[in-house]
Amino acid sequence: MRPDPASPALAEPILTDEGLETEELILNMGPQHPSTHGVLRLVLKLQGEKVIECIPVMGYLHRGLEKIFEWRTFQGGIRYADQADYVSNMLNEHCYVGAMEAIANIDVPRRAEYIRVLVDELSRCASHLVWLGTYGLDVGATTPLLYCFRDREEILDMFEELCGSRMNFNYFRPGGVLYDFPPGMLAKLERFLDRFAGHIERDYVELLETNEIFLERTIGVGTIPGDVAKAYSLTGPMLRASGVDWDLRKDRPYSIYPELKSFRSVTAVEGDAYARYKVRLGELRRSVEIVRECIANLPGGAVRARLGHVWKCPKGEAYYTVEGAKGEVGIYMISSGGSAPNPFRAKMRGPSFNNLQILPWLLRGRLVADAVAILGSIDIVLGDVDR
Amino acid sequence: MALDQKAPNEQVQPIDFEEGVVQRRPLTTQTGMGGTEPKMISGVLADDDNIVFTTVNNLFAWARSRSPWPLGYGLACCAIEMMASAASHHDLARFGAEVFRSSPRQADVMIVAGTVTHKMAPRLRRLYEQMPEPKWVIAMGNCASSGGEFWDSYATLQGVDTVVPVDVYVPGCPPRPEALTEGVLRLREKIAKGG
Repeated sequence: MRPDPASPALAEPILTDEGLETEELILNMGPQHPSTHGVLRLVLKLQGEKVIECIPVMGYLHRGLEKIFEWRTFQGGIRYADQADYVSNMLNEHCYVGAMEAIANIDVPRRAEYIRVLVDELSRCASHLVWLGTYGLDVGATTPLLYCFRDREEILDMFEELCGSRMNFNYFRPGGVLYDFPPGMLAKLERFLDRFAGHIERDYVELLETNEIFLERTIGVGTIPGDVAKAYSLTGPMLRASGVDWDLRKDRPYSIYPELKSFRSVTAVEGDAYARYKVRLGELRRSVEIVRECIANLPGGAVRARLGHVWKCPKGEAYYTVEGAKGEVGIYMISSGGSAPNPFRAKMRGPSFNNLQILPWLLRGRLVADAVAILGSIDIVLGDVDR
Repeated sequence: MALDQKAPNEQVQPIDFEEGVVQRRPLTTQTGMGGTEPKMISGVLADDDNIVFTTVNNLFAWARSRSPWPLGYGLACCAIEMMASAASHHDLARFGAEVFRSSPRQADVMIVAGTVTHKMAPRLRRLYEQMPEPKWVIAMGNCASSGGEFWDSYATLQGVDTVVPVDVYVPGCPPRPEALTEGVLRLREKIAKGG
């Protein structure tokens, strides 16, 4: 029988030393490891099966994105913002473009804002689907991956119809988006949403929440109290699963989120890996509702403000944040103005990087078998960690 | 089944030795069976009493080409497309290459999917050397092929062929799963030729 997930006994590591003499073992996990979600390297110091110290080693995917932002033009950098969190690309683009618009005070047409929110939420769905599938793999369930990628393929097909690429879209522009919807796409999208909403309730819930192994490996594992989550500056589903109701879509509203009736932030109180799973699944459901509302209220008009052929950002600086799939995506952009075609500096705040910092705290005193389950529940993308 | 009972079909070259199975493979796998293509008729091959003459090398190359097990070497964006090509929609298992191994010692082909940084390059070389012979490398994506859009980055390798020998380059940023499938098919062709 499964114990009560709220019981404090589960939150503590269940370990006894029993007077046995053990010696420290240093286990190197990664950078080539299927469960590190990329090229993260963890140096685990073990005592028996207990992790006494965990040192994450990053930088295996450091591509110097922030330096490249300085070398590319304002419009050219949008393409590189894609590369940071390559699972939910649209949200990075929104952030990068939003920083430029905040500096230049550009009015975005209403239709463009609706399209932006629509593709943002679809991108969030795509990201959470990848997380759900790979987390299933991490804790030993192979089947969810196949189901998750089935729905993700449909989302990517629609993105391809919209902007010509399955990933790395280069779709957002200062003052709007590049293309309007192709004919027939909204009807196709609605049909997909109906199917997808059914898949969430039927497939994912059935496959994972009724699976005893999944429950045993996630409930009570990697518990983060709310104050610790705030102290480690966690954002996104990691924070909301710990009972802190902080969602940039309502706390620092941007775009048309304040007008949406179907948007509510999804929270849970337990703070363990299972709560994070519940929050992400709830966000999938919420995203479906938001996309439906966007389709229903989609206004007409242009999708891009007229800025002229050679647009350069005026002098100024701005920090723009977007609630990404993993947390707060932020761009701090400084534009020197004048004839400079490229930003003077663009600092990117990756949510995965900040969320990863809690990993040594989480793994200390835990069983080494839980390391993968805990790491997977953080939902890191190494492109976002290393940039 | 005797030869005269079944009219030989000139267009179709069956590859499997099963009776009555006419398999229409993509063009890339029909060629490249090693040397000149023997004229095969399904009726002849299906008869148990017949004998097929070939060299051991050809037989081994044929067998190897049918299931190249990749090393799941996902680095960046291309890794997601590599997962997508192995997942349900683009089923890479149709071509025997779906068993992504986590250990280089069990893998035949290394699919370098993503940007290789200077920090990662020594590990990549080491993993390549840990793979047992014979081994092949697919460079997936522009970054792994030539540096791609990170051509002026201070941190990335300008193409993985500066570290390991590459057999097949798959362009794209990231390549579609169909492109990776085509890359695997080209590699099969190359393996079957004994390369």
